[in-house]
Amino acid sequence: MKIGLAIQQVRSAEQDLAEELERVGARHKTDQEVYHLTRTLAGISRRNARELASFQERYPVTGGAGEEQGDSGLLGKLREKGSEMVEAVSSGSEGKRKGLLDAAREKGAELVGRRPETGLLLLRDLRKLYVLASEASIDWVILGQGAQAAKDRELLQATKDCHPDTLRTLKWALTMIKHVSPQVLTS
Amino acid sequence: MESSPDNSRPGANDARAVDRIAEPWGTRTPYGAGEPWPVRIDTFLEGGLSEEDVDAWVQTASILHSNGDAMDIAVKDGRIVGVRGHVPSRVNHGRLDPKDLFGWQANNSRDRLKRPLVRAAGRLVETDWDTAMGLIVERSKKLLEDASPSSFGFYTTGQLFLEDYYTLGIIARAGIGTNHLDGNTRLCTATAGESLKESFGCDGQPGSYADIDHADTIVMYGHNMAETQTVSWMRLLDRRRGPNPPRLIAVDPRPTPVAEEADLHLRPKNGTNLALLNALMHEIIANDSVDHDYVEAHTVGFGELEERTRTCTPEWAAPICGVDAEEIREAARMIGEAERLLQTVLQGVYQSHQATAAACQVNNINLVRGMIGKPGAGVLQMNGQPSAQNTRETGCNGDLPGFRNWQNDAHVEDLARIWNVDPLAIPHYSEPTHAMQIFRFAEEGTINFLWIQCTNPAVSLPELRRIRSILEQERLFVVVQDIYLTETAQLADAVLPAATWGEKTGTFTNADRTVHLSEKAIEPPGEAKADLDIFLDYARRMGFRDKDGQPLVKWSDPESTFEAWKECARDRPCDYSGITYEKLREQSGIQWPCDDEHPNGTERLYENGDFWAVPEECESYGKDLLTGASWEPTEYTAANPLGKAILKAADYVPPYETTSEEYPFLLNTGRTIYQFHTRTKTARSPQLQEAAPEVWAELSSADAERLSVGEGDVVEVASPRGAIRARARISAIREGVVFVPFHYSYFDDPEEDVPEGQGHPRAANELTITQWDAVSKQPIYKTAAARITKIEDSGGQPSSAPTNTGSKPVRDVGFRTTGGPAARVTEKFEGVPEG
Repeated sequence: MKIGLAIQQVRSAEQDLAEELERVGARHKTDQEVYHLTRTLAGISRRNARELASFQERYPVTGGAGEEQGDSGLLGKLREKGSEMVEAVSSGSEGKRKGLLDAAREKGAELVGRRPETGLLLLRDLRKLYVLASEASIDWVILGQGAQAAKDRELLQATKDCHPDTLRTLKWALTMIKHVSPQVLTS
Repeated sequence: MESSPDNSRPGANDARAVDRIAEPWGTRTPYGAGEPWPVRIDTFLEGGLSEEDVDAWVQTASILHSNGDAMDIAVKDGRIVGVRGHVPSRVNHGRLDPKDLFGWQANNSRDRLKRPLVRAAGRLVETDWDTAMGLIVERSKKLLEDASPSSFGFYTTGQLFLEDYYTLGIIARAGIGTNHLDGNTRLCTATAGESLKESFGCDGQPGSYADIDHADTIVMYGHNMAETQTVSWMRLLDRRRGPNPPRLIAVDPRPTPVAEEADLHLRPKNGTNLALLNALMHEIIANDSVDHDYVEAHTVGFGELEERTRTCTPEWAAPICGVDAEEIREAARMIGEAERLLQTVLQGVYQSHQATAAACQVNNINLVRGMIGKPGAGVLQMNGQPSAQNTRETGCNGDLPGFRNWQNDAHVEDLARIWNVDPLAIPHYSEPTHAMQIFRFAEEGTINFLWIQCTNPAVSLPELRRIRSILEQERLFVVVQDIYLTETAQLADAVLPAATWGEKTGTFTNADRTVHLSEKAIEPPGEAKADLDIFLDYARRMGFRDKDGQPLVKWSDPESTFEAWKECARDRPCDYSGITYEKLREQSGIQWPCDDEHPNGTERLYENGDFWAVPEECESYGKDLLTGASWEPTEYTAANPLGKAILKAADYVPPYETTSEEYPFLLNTGRTIYQFHTRTKTARSPQLQEAAPEVWAELSSADAERLSVGEGDVVEVASPRGAIRARARISAIREGVVFVPFHYSYFDDPEEDVPEGQGHPRAANELTITQWDAVSKQPIYKTAAARITKIEDSGGQPSSAPTNTGSKPVRDVGFRTTGGPAARVTEKFEGVPEG
C-alpha cells in the first residue's frame, strides 16, 4: 500500500505551492491583485495540506521507498531554504528569518515596481506557480484514484473537496499569464 | 404659490414652490400598487424668468446621476437659463433631482476651458487645435513606430454619449489596436455589469424602474437611493405613502434616508456583505422559500449554492457582520414571503469587499424565488453615472462592443465584419485591460500614452499620492479632454477643451435601459469642441484604414454614428435597431432591446426565463468568484449547455485590511445628494455647493464620546496611506465606522498650500487602499482601516454637512440645510388620482 506516499506527495506539493504563492506575493507587492490573492490562495493550500494530515496517520509512510521519498522531500525543502538564503544575501539582507526576508523582498518589490522588467519577473513567477499548481493537481488525481481503489470513502471525499481549490489556483495563474504576457512581450 | 413645506396632498393642476435643497424629494403624490405614478413637473428658471420668457425648450436627460430623468433645457439669448422635467417620460413623470435642477449652471461657469493647452517648458500654455492635435498625432505615430499598440491606454468616463464611446472604441481597438481601453465606470458600475454576466450570461438590467409600482417587498443593498437615484426614491416614497405600500428592507452601515424609511434596517460592518447574503440564502433555502419548478427549469448550480451556504447560519454570520441573527432571520422571512420582490444594489456592495460575489448572491435570491422578469419582481443592479450603461454596451468598459464575448472567436469575427477589419486587428487575447491595470502598466512604464476623457483620476482613484506620481512621469504622455482645468488636467501634456451636455447632440442610456436623445441647445464656449468631433478629427489625422483601404471610421456626425452603432448592436441583447433620433424626439425614452418585434422597446428582460446564456450567445463564460479566474469555453458549455441562469456563490473571506490597534476604525467613503463625483460641475452650482460646501467625517455618538470629539471639532482621519482633516459630524452611523464623502477635490481651494509629496487634506481617496474586486476589478472604497485624532476644537461651529440626508446629525446642530429663495422650484401637479 503506497497511499501514505501519495498523501505525503500531495501535502508536500501543496506546501510548496503555498510557499511559492507567498514568495510571489511578497515579490510583487506593488501589484495589488497578485499580492492579496496569492496570500488568500496560499492559505487555502495550507488548509488543504492540513486536512490531509489526519489521513497520514491512517496511512503512514513506511518502507524504503517511503523513506526515500521523505528524504527527497526534506532535501527539496533544504534546497529551497538554501536558495532563499542565497537570494536574500544577494539582495543584501541578512535573511536569517522569514519575516526579515519577506520585508526585504517587499521593499525590493517597491523599488522595482516602477520598472518595465517587473512584468517579465511577474510572468516568470506566474509560470512557476502554474507548474507547481499543475504538479499539485495531478498529485490530487493520483491520490483520488488510490482512494477509490482502497474504497476509502472519506479520503475520496477529501480529494473531491480539495482538488477544485488547486484547479482554481491553476486557472487563476493561467488567466493572469494570458493577461500579462501580451504586454510583457510587446513592450 | 406658497412656500414649503406643505404636507397637504396636491390636487390636479396645483402648483407649489418648494425649496428643493431643504426638501430634496419635493411634494408627495401617493399612489397604490399597480396604479400609474402621478405626474409632477419640476421647473427651475434663473431668477426673475418665467416660462414665457424662454426662447426654446430643448430635449435631453439628466447628466449628473444614472437615473436618466427626461428633461428640457430652457434657452434664452443663446444661454441655458433653466430646466424642467420632460413629459411624457417613463422614468421620472416630470420630476427632477436637485442636481439637475441646479447643476446646469456649471455650463455657464467662467472658468470653462476655451482653448487647447500644451505643455511647454513645464507649463501649460494656450494654443490652437491644429497645434494640439498635431502634437498628439505626432506622439501617437512615433509610439506606434518605436513601440507597439500596447503602449497606448485610453481612460474614458460614464458621462459622454453613446456615439462618443462607440467611436472611441473603434479607434482604440481597431485603429490603434490596443487592449487598454476602460472607463471610470470601472469605479461605479463594473460590478453591476459583471454580476449580470455571471448570473445571466450577459449584461443587461433585468428589471425596470416601473417595478417600484408593483413590488410588495423591496430590498436595497448598500443603495442609498434617496441620494443617488433621487427621482426613483420619490417614486418609492409615493408608493410608501399610498395604499398597500411595499415593505422596505435596507442594508447599510449608515443611517441613510433609505435606512430611516425602512421597516427593517440591517447594519453590517464594512466588508461583510457576502457573509450576510450567504446567511440570507441559507435561511431562504432552510425555510424552503424556493420556487423549485423555476429553479429546475431555468437555472443551473442550485446544488452547489445549497452546499456552499449550508453552514452559513444566521448565528455564523452574526458576529462577522455585527448584525443580530434574529434580524437576519427576519429579513429572510420577509424576502421569503414576498410575492413581488424587487432588490436593488449599489456602491455599498460594488465598492466593497467581495463585490461581485455579493451582487451575484442578490441575483441568486431573485432566481431561487422565481422572481425575475415579472412586474414588481426583479433586480436592479444600478449604475453610478448617466451613460455608464453605454460605456458597457459599446465596449469601453472591459468588453467588446454589443456585449460580444472576447473569448468567442465567432463574436470577434462578427465585429471584424462590421468594422471591415481583420479579426486579428481587434485585440482579444485576454479580457480587455481594466483601469487599475492600465495605471499599473503606466506605473511600470509599458504604457507611454494615456488619453483621459471627462474624468478626474487625480481625485477619484484610490491612493491619490500614487496616482499623481504616475501621471507626473516624464515618460508618460498624458492627454486630458475635459471642460475645466481639473486636478488631472493640470498634470497633462495636452489638454483638449470639450463641449458638454447641452452643447452637443447624442444619446445615452440609463440604468433601466432607457435610451434618451440629448440635443444641442447652445454653442460651447470659445473653441471647445464636441467629444465626437475630437475623436473623428484624431481618426482622420491618424489615417486609420479598414482592410480595403477605406477610412476605418465611416461616420461624420452624431446621427450617422448612431446608425452605425445600430448595425453593431443588431441582434445583440442591446438591440437599438428599432430606435431612431426621430422616434426619440417623439416619445422620450425607449428601453432596449428595441427591434422590429418590439418597436416600443422592452420593459423587462427574461420574462419567460429566456436568458442570453447559451454558449454561442453569452457575453461571458464567467469567472471564479473568489479569484476572477476565467472559465474556459469548454467548461462553460459543459456546465450550462442550455443557457440557463447560473447560480454562483463564493465563500466569505475577511477583508484584506482589517482594523488594528493603530487604525481601529473602518473607513467608509461615499457620496451626498448635493454633489456629484469630484464636484467639477456641482461645486460650480451655488445652491448645490452651499448645501454641502466642505468635507466632513461622520462618526457615532459612542465613538465621539470615547474620543472626546464634539460636533464640528476638526479631526484628522488617517489610514496607512495618508490623512485628511475634516470637521466631525456626530450621526447615527454604526459604531466603529467613520464615513467621509469622496467628492472633495481641491480645485476650488487655491489658498490651500500642499507641501510637495503630501496628500491633499480633504480628498478622501488619500486614505483608500489600492485594491479591487478580483472578479469585476472595481476598486474598493469602502473597506480600509483608519484612526481618528482630534486636532482642534469646533469653536462652536458645527460641521456644514447636510442635516437632511445620510449625514443627519443626532442632535440639533444649530442650523438646518436649506436653499432659501434661490432654491425655490416650481412643482406642477397633473393627473393626481382621486383619493
